[in-house]
Amino acid sequence: MKPGGTGNQPVARLTGVSLRYGKTQALDALDLEIPTGCMVGLIGPDGVGKSSLLSLISGARAVQQGRVDVLGGNMRKAQHRNRVCPAIAYMPQGLGKNLYPSLSVEENLQFFARLFGHDATERRWRIDELTRATGLYPFLSRPVGKLSGGMKQKLGLCCALIHDPDLLILDEPTTGVDPLARNQFWMLIDSIRRQRPGMSVVVSTAYMEEAERFDWLVAMDAGKILATGTPAELHERTGTATLEAAFIALLPEEKRRGHHELVVPPFVDGDQVAIEARDLTMHFGDFTAVDHVNFRIRRGEIFGFIGANGCGKTTTMKMLTGLLPPSEGEGYLFGHKVDARDIATRRRVGYMSQAFSLYSELSVEQNLVLHARLFSVTEAAIPARVAELLSRFGLDGVSGKLPKQLPLGMRQRLSLAVAMVHGPELLILDEPTSGVDPVARDAFWQLLVDLSRKDRVTIFISTHFMNEADRCDRIALMNAGRVLVTDAPVNVVKKRGSQNLEEAFIAYLKDDAPPDGEMLSDTPPPIAVPVQKKTSSRHILFSFARAFSYSQREALELRRDPVRLIMASLGSLILMLIMGYGITMDVNDLTYAVLDRDQTELSRNYALNLSGSRYFVERPPIADYAELDRRMRSGELSLAIEIPPNFARDTGRGRPVEIGAWIDGAMPQRAETVQGYVRGMHQSWLMDVAKTRYGQNLNLGAATIETRYRYNPDVKSLPAMVPATIPMLLLMIPAMLTALSVVREKEMGSIINLYVTPVTRAEFMLGKQLPYLVLAMLNFLVLCLFAVILFDVPVKGSFFTLTLASLFFVIYSTGFGLLASIFTRSQIAALFFAAMGSMLPTIKFAGMIDPVSSLEGIGRIIGEINPTTYYITISRGVFNKALGMADLHSYFLPMLAGGLVVLGLSIILLKKQER
Amino acid sequence: MIRASHVYRLGVKELWSLFRDPMMMLLIVWGFTVMIYVAASAMPESLSKVPISIVDEDDSPLSVRISAAFFPPQFVPPVRVTLAEVDAGLDAGLYTFSLNIPPNFQRDVLAGRTPAIQLNVDATRITQAFTGTAYVQQIVMGEVNAFVQRYRANVTMPVDLAMRARFNPNLSQSWFGAVMEIINMVTMLSIILAGAALIREREHGTIEHLLVMPVTPGEIMLGKVWSMGLVVLLATAFSLQFIVQGALAVPIEGSVPLFMAFTALFLFSTTSLGIFLATLARNMPQFGLLMMLVLLPMLMLSGGITPRESMPTLARNIMEIAPSTHFVAAAQGILYRGAGFDVVWPQFLALAVIGLVFFIASLMRFRKSISLMV
Repeated sequence: MKPGGTGNQPVARLTGVSLRYGKTQALDALDLEIPTGCMVGLIGPDGVGKSSLLSLISGARAVQQGRVDVLGGNMRKAQHRNRVCPAIAYMPQGLGKNLYPSLSVEENLQFFARLFGHDATERRWRIDELTRATGLYPFLSRPVGKLSGGMKQKLGLCCALIHDPDLLILDEPTTGVDPLARNQFWMLIDSIRRQRPGMSVVVSTAYMEEAERFDWLVAMDAGKILATGTPAELHERTGTATLEAAFIALLPEEKRRGHHELVVPPFVDGDQVAIEARDLTMHFGDFTAVDHVNFRIRRGEIFGFIGANGCGKTTTMKMLTGLLPPSEGEGYLFGHKVDARDIATRRRVGYMSQAFSLYSELSVEQNLVLHARLFSVTEAAIPARVAELLSRFGLDGVSGKLPKQLPLGMRQRLSLAVAMVHGPELLILDEPTSGVDPVARDAFWQLLVDLSRKDRVTIFISTHFMNEADRCDRIALMNAGRVLVTDAPVNVVKKRGSQNLEEAFIAYLKDDAPPDGEMLSDTPPPIAVPVQKKTSSRHILFSFARAFSYSQREALELRRDPVRLIMASLGSLILMLIMGYGITMDVNDLTYAVLDRDQTELSRNYALNLSGSRYFVERPPIADYAELDRRMRSGELSLAIEIPPNFARDTGRGRPVEIGAWIDGAMPQRAETVQGYVRGMHQSWLMDVAKTRYGQNLNLGAATIETRYRYNPDVKSLPAMVPATIPMLLLMIPAMLTALSVVREKEMGSIINLYVTPVTRAEFMLGKQLPYLVLAMLNFLVLCLFAVILFDVPVKGSFFTLTLASLFFVIYSTGFGLLASIFTRSQIAALFFAAMGSMLPTIKFAGMIDPVSSLEGIGRIIGEINPTTYYITISRGVFNKALGMADLHSYFLPMLAGGLVVLGLSIILLKKQER
Repeated sequence: MIRASHVYRLGVKELWSLFRDPMMMLLIVWGFTVMIYVAASAMPESLSKVPISIVDEDDSPLSVRISAAFFPPQFVPPVRVTLAEVDAGLDAGLYTFSLNIPPNFQRDVLAGRTPAIQLNVDATRITQAFTGTAYVQQIVMGEVNAFVQRYRANVTMPVDLAMRARFNPNLSQSWFGAVMEIINMVTMLSIILAGAALIREREHGTIEHLLVMPVTPGEIMLGKVWSMGLVVLLATAFSLQFIVQGALAVPIEGSVPLFMAFTALFLFSTTSLGIFLATLARNMPQFGLLMMLVLLPMLMLSGGITPRESMPTLARNIMEIAPSTHFVAAAQGILYRGAGFDVVWPQFLALAVIGLVFFIASLMRFRKSISLMV
């Protein structure tokens, strides 16, 4: 079906849809039809289910109850999802959540374009087209992590539009974006829609003024739909002039109560200065983020910091809190110079950072209590304080929830509650209200006003909302690291002769803009619409291009982190050195002492026999049994020899005597070696004595044994250990890196690209695996070089066989990493899983030290199915035994099987939708 | 200045984080139960089920007698092979030893011609090759001598060697393996938990939040040290009681409380080490690599797998810095030899000093490392 522009068939239809997260009812038996070819707005406060609804429509989240039809098919069916996925674009909530911060703008776009199967020329053309239109063109090579919030959102939009979607889903795209950038963003959307009238756009927003320009609105509350219709219809129905008022009117009675117009009482000037910045400057390399900023904030004042994203507001605030030491200039808090070690001052300040930075593993209440305690709020006062904050900030119902279960706006409220928990004299708030809905924002400002006017708390706040800036006593307008103007809002408007603050703001920025003005063009150039329709909609089972797109992305990230690469190979060398030299079986320097209770020439002769050995080091003789016991207990002696009284006399008379050898059995392996040595020396002493004393050639044996040590004639540990070290390193390092690469995406949120793009599970996994496969093979070559050059362990057999075996093996080891990533959600757990799953089984159960055939029980089974066992056999075969393919081919199969099993499992177990 | 209440609160927070990561909890439980049990029970006695093959070209009563002398548990019953099969079998690693009894062996022995038996050893399997060769020789010679004894008397000196292994009379490997496995687990887990927790706080920006509060880096670090240390300590106590002494039935001669005190001190040094590594790494993959780099030598070279006496002097000296070296020495002393504090105090001192050094070093790097984050 090709969606038409007339909207006779809805682009999405939801029937009886419910969604629960644990005990929370996010969506409650919801019915909705979204018309085609429109700009549809989802409005409502935070946590009413807007994001959940959008993620269901996009297919990112699995449908629990009810039916969701999008673009003419049931979204429960994987087949349909695969078919329509390339026609849907989804931009999740949060600044640049699905982007990769260490990659540049260009690389991010290339990555997404490849996922949708565009060829090189089309990619180039589309990227240029989109970035020119959005003003990102000059920043193509800048890493995303260094972009401002507004630019990130634009890039997110570019990434979403790269494949000409029929349905564009934007989840709060302008939250946290400054007014200028926001304005440009909507103009961009409008221009795109003019070019592509058939495209449906579904947007959720907390900015009611933005929603006025949408075609059709859905007002939501508590998982239910309050009303639908055009903005005009909603105004008419409620008899209100603004959408904000309309929405409040639509709310059920009990929620409307308590909301009233905010009035800011005038500020009574005081003399005390709470914050002062004197020529504060911050350089990051050759980039000046903050350039000689000066201001003074008086006690009890509400001071607003206004400016575009990335103009240096956050950096200034961080310098004033002591988090960043300034490059030049000074900051003062309450008359004291800012000092990171000044604990007393910190107690008087509350800080709320821009990104949500509370503990996601602690519940809402636990977060509050923890911070209260850390700020030394008296224990008795904590419950009341926490309860008060919970109710003030409307967090009552969610006190036991984890922050990640809360919508963005509520999380921001929690952050603020935490910043205020100790009743500070100064609040430094970095964009506290972005993402917070209007009702909550007003309530929040009421709190600020009360704090300022009643409690004389100084408030230093940065914001994007012009109506909030209006409420400040004074504002400072910042751009490109400099303060352009500092004054009361009314005066700022007056000075520019503007209508309102927003106009004044934009006027100031335009004056200050660089001459090329790329970022600030009012009307973005139109986007040319591709004539030909995108690649065939038939879903390809496995697309190498898509898989390769992931590989390339991963490789880029690896390249950006050279430390990781260097450590991977240098680390291998060090580890090989340690294992090669460290694990030896020839035990030397064993300590022993003699308890000579005979003290004759013969007994001393026996003792002398031992001291001549290179294996033993003699310690002072032992006097009695008590001493023997004590010294063995302390571990000082590995061996104690006891020569009985009358030893010489009895042997002379031919009476049987017994020499006692006490061996420290605490370490069985060492004990066995000692036993062997002692036995040998005893025999040689006997022969020696027989010869010298009795002139008798005591031939103990009627036969001799010729021992031939094969492959390693000197029985040195090095040639035996080095070939076994290679498998160990090739298992651990690639497994760990691969596991982390997947879990990182989960932890950082970019895993959503797997959910909403046409990439399949196999493409995702294999694509991620490839760079680590290559890395591991390079590592293998480096290890072989080390072995040959540094350790002088030559490759005696077929190097080709070894290389091929290594390839098979690293398929297994990286696959093992992927499998580890399935079971773990945090990087810590992935690290532990990979380490535990690879290190111990390799050392113990793969024939590295003890051959598998000598293992018992479960260890034997692990050894038998462990591909490492076979690789160690091959490695030793090639290195030590001069073998080739003909002798070793049978070991390839179990390795390959192991690799396929772990890979297959990890692909099958990977989830393509969020649940 | 460090306040106990802050340290306590920050530690409780760490415990909550761990509690909310069920997979991690599961891994800890698995590591301290199943892994320990498997590792210890599968540890072969150093001569156990050694695969051996025999080429018997003599087929005499003596050669049969020699073949019959190799039996479990030290050896698997010998495989009879032909001379031609020996090399292939050794190449494939089917057996570690191959004994070749030449034709007319018995006749030559009785005639006093001192014939030679050839023993082929796969010297890449160094453990078995080393201890096993002497053992095989002894068995063969014993059989030959006993056989000859029946035909002529030999004069020997009546001096016997009575060997007794103390602390572990049967030299059972599983006694040794079980405790060493616990130590490995403790080392691995404590470094990962403490270090990765710090990296995560940095990656999520929560550390910034802590640093603007009246909380000192020392408190933040101690909070991690005690909480993660406690988790590992409890797991160790559980494992020692129910897995090592219970399921594996390893007798512990020494004082368990003293061992636990050592474990606690050891945990202080390893968690400090973990935090120190975290201040060096910029992100989790880097931390992972760094951790491997430190952890592997600690597992392999601390004396828990091969005796320290067998290592080159340089490696031995370097490993003096590692806390695990001292802990392994102390653990062997306390648990096997029943040593008291009067004996193991040097290790106690060493652990305390190493822990303090790492703790102070990470304290000095702490603030600096925050700005390293990308």
